[in-house]
Amino acid sequence: MSRTLLKVNGQSHTIDIEPNCPLLYALRDNLALNNPRFGCGLGQCGACTVLIDNRAVRSCTLPVSAAAGKEIVTLEGLATDGNPHAVQKAFIEAQAFQCGYCLNGWVLTAKALLDKNPHPSDEEMRTAFEPLICRCGSHVRILAAVRRAADEMKRSA
Amino acid sequence: MASKTVLSRREFVKDTGGLLIGFSLADAAVLPQVLAAAEGPEKLSTNRLDAWLRIDRDGNVHVFTGKSEIGMGVETGFAQIVAEELDVPVSRIIFVMGDTSTTPDQGGVGGSTSIAMGSKPLRNVGATARAVLLRLAAKNLGASPEELQVREGIVSVKADPARKVSYAELAASGDLDDALKVSGEGFALNVEGLGKPKDPSTYTVVGQPVPRVDIAPKIMGKWQYITDVRVPGMLHGRAIRPAGVGAKLMNVDDSAAKKIPGYVQTVTKGNFVGVVADNEWAAIRAAKAVRVNWTAPQPLFPEQKDLYQHMRSAAPKATKETVKKGDAAGALASAAKKVQASYETPYQSHATMGPGCAVADIHTDGVSTIWSGGQKPHALQKGFAELLRVPLDKVRVIWVEDAGSYGRPGFEDTAADAVLLSQAVGKPVRVQWSRADMTAWGSKGPAVVYDLAAAIDERGEIAAVEFTSRAFSGGEVHFQPSDAGNYLGAQLSGVPNTGGVDEFAQWGVQAPPYVFPNIHAVSHVIAGFYDAGSPLRTTHLRDPEGPQTSFAVESFIDELAATTGADPIDFRMRHLDNARAKAVLTAAAEKAAWERRPSPKSNKGSGDVVTGRGVGLSTRGGTYVGTIAEVEVNRRTGAVRVTRFVCAHDCGMIINPEALRGTIAANLIQSMSRGMKEEVTFDRSKVTSVDWTTYPIARAQDIPAQVDIVLINHPELPPNGAGEPSSRATAAAIANAIFDATGTRVRQTPLTPARVKAALSGSQQA
Repeated sequence: MSRTLLKVNGQSHTIDIEPNCPLLYALRDNLALNNPRFGCGLGQCGACTVLIDNRAVRSCTLPVSAAAGKEIVTLEGLATDGNPHAVQKAFIEAQAFQCGYCLNGWVLTAKALLDKNPHPSDEEMRTAFEPLICRCGSHVRILAAVRRAADEMKRSA
Repeated sequence: MASKTVLSRREFVKDTGGLLIGFSLADAAVLPQVLAAAEGPEKLSTNRLDAWLRIDRDGNVHVFTGKSEIGMGVETGFAQIVAEELDVPVSRIIFVMGDTSTTPDQGGVGGSTSIAMGSKPLRNVGATARAVLLRLAAKNLGASPEELQVREGIVSVKADPARKVSYAELAASGDLDDALKVSGEGFALNVEGLGKPKDPSTYTVVGQPVPRVDIAPKIMGKWQYITDVRVPGMLHGRAIRPAGVGAKLMNVDDSAAKKIPGYVQTVTKGNFVGVVADNEWAAIRAAKAVRVNWTAPQPLFPEQKDLYQHMRSAAPKATKETVKKGDAAGALASAAKKVQASYETPYQSHATMGPGCAVADIHTDGVSTIWSGGQKPHALQKGFAELLRVPLDKVRVIWVEDAGSYGRPGFEDTAADAVLLSQAVGKPVRVQWSRADMTAWGSKGPAVVYDLAAAIDERGEIAAVEFTSRAFSGGEVHFQPSDAGNYLGAQLSGVPNTGGVDEFAQWGVQAPPYVFPNIHAVSHVIAGFYDAGSPLRTTHLRDPEGPQTSFAVESFIDELAATTGADPIDFRMRHLDNARAKAVLTAAAEKAAWERRPSPKSNKGSGDVVTGRGVGLSTRGGTYVGTIAEVEVNRRTGAVRVTRFVCAHDCGMIINPEALRGTIAANLIQSMSRGMKEEVTFDRSKVTSVDWTTYPIARAQDIPAQVDIVLINHPELPPNGAGEPSSRATAAAIANAIFDATGTRVRQTPLTPARVKAALSGSQQA
């Protein structure tokens, strides 16, 4: 066990944890941040996605020690003063999901993509989302939501 | 967003609003379903109105149903139905779902029946609550019920709207425990009371595109799933599965696991092995660290390449003749032309997004509580009471939403693992399965093989059709998990599975009942390979046997159309006698600008990539779906890409068109994935599909650029199911489009590049 500083959603927490424990369990079980979800433990699906320094990262395979001190954002931390982020707003308007268990991957990957590339082509969007799984098959509305978010961010830029 | 806090009957009576004992309400991580358990069970009388509906002092309407939300929006549909009858805003309706102590047993979720059947008692309860409240209001306001009106939960006198009283005030002043007449049970449970439901032509809430109540909070990160249930003193467990079928536990060496901080105990019972630790990461590490010695697995499965040959040669364990009309054999013997084709579909895995998760708090001398995301909590209660050998009232199952389940994926087995582990360690245990547990060890949708033959007479008319299916049962494990032998962990511990049933892949049931002069349809069930805890045990996966049977029948109908030189839609229309089935085909054809001509396309072009279109029809329990797929096929690589779906959908009265569109769009993609990519792989003793690499499904690159959904609304008809019918005909529509593009028929799913390329090189030209 070692003392580890985690900066999550703008707050600092110091926890005692095995350094090689995946970040996912530190967030869920030590900090009760429930949104990153266990999907595969193999980095194959994206259910556990968080942003680290604004990059979409799989928290199920990343040792907590590698995330120490970095700026971590989970789905809980995306809104500002309770107002949805533009990406969340677009996903809500598109009623994008069925069960929603996968959505951390899609929403946070969309946020990271649009920050880097505000006007992605359809092909760039599909490439960015290829590492993600949605077992319900909600992709049609998800892709529409990301397009909607891009358009909205363009309008308000 | 209304809170989902469950108020007990006691609190409604006392109106104190105080909750609990032993938990801190300040702890945001505590779920209402956990708080509810601490209140203890209530005595439920489904013949009283307040067992179904209560109104609190803030005017929120709490509705109690044995149904649950499995990701398709049924909670929103139910809320619209109750809000419509009661005249309250949808946002005032708060559902308590799937708690065996506080909600009526409605058979759980299944068969796309939640709206069609499960909403009936809710509608009647809403109407009766309104009538009872009006009766109370009449007394309160000194007017007759006919002189009153209701808007947003406020009752007022029509002639003098200043004279008014709220539902909340009325509920606080009088009893809402009116008697109800109960009929039916399970899915068919219904209650009727004083109130008569509204005339559908007056609806203002039902039929509207109300946003789903769960989607915004999910996207805002404020939704709670079964994975988030934490109870005081809870430990974490994982099961360790046998090395293969037939392997028996010899011994366990947990010396390495003992060195892991947080490790608690290794549990064995027969061939069931699990570990328990005080945190999840330690449980995962311990499950890897425990050395389990098994006897050698037995080669009880065939080589995968021999599966269909085995199914054709095995003696059936059960046979059912489903249609015998005229003399099909005679017509085939004297046919001018005969068409024969065989189709094969593999085992598939539910492979839910979240591996199953459950928490069990087992008390040998008290009430045990199990939190589970399985679709049938009341059946689980029965099964766990039998497994624990305690009376039914000593077990409470509380449903909490899990990832989409698509049937009976293994969430019930996860809960059984938690039960066995909690029973052994005497503390509450949470289990979340690994990806391999879910994909490899979750129950499977069955493999099926089909042989079809048709006689064509000298005029080119279809004189007869013969249909034979050979399937593993869709119910080796019963879809109602209501007996102890139903669960994987129990089977491994030595409890025999005696609850299974023979379920058949049938002409006219899972595929449209086309009309021909002579039909003979026979369905066989083939015995499974191993019955003491097999990773190939089969049960309900979304639309049981539907996509399989539809693939065979809808492909064969297309083959008959091609053989007789008919347009595939015209051919279907000629052999259908159902107006709604014809209407969805017409609507889909119109939206797709379908070109009337026989398949295959005559001018295929000379490049590697050719295009085509195909159709599939689905009729399922009063819902009708016409699906058209447009594809690109690379003739060099065999790669197929669906570029567009058009789906015309008629499920009777539409409750919520936007939620319905979302469900249909997702069904099209999931069923495309099943038809094009999904096949459980196995060796002689184990399943080798263990993750998303070895069980690939559709991803972003596979999604068609265009999906058009045409809704056909019938407000004059009752609402029917929409959870599964649009899954059914997708694979056939794609295979028919591949034929249209290439002239080659692919008769085995999934339609992978390798399989399509092999068919193309076999040059099975039409």
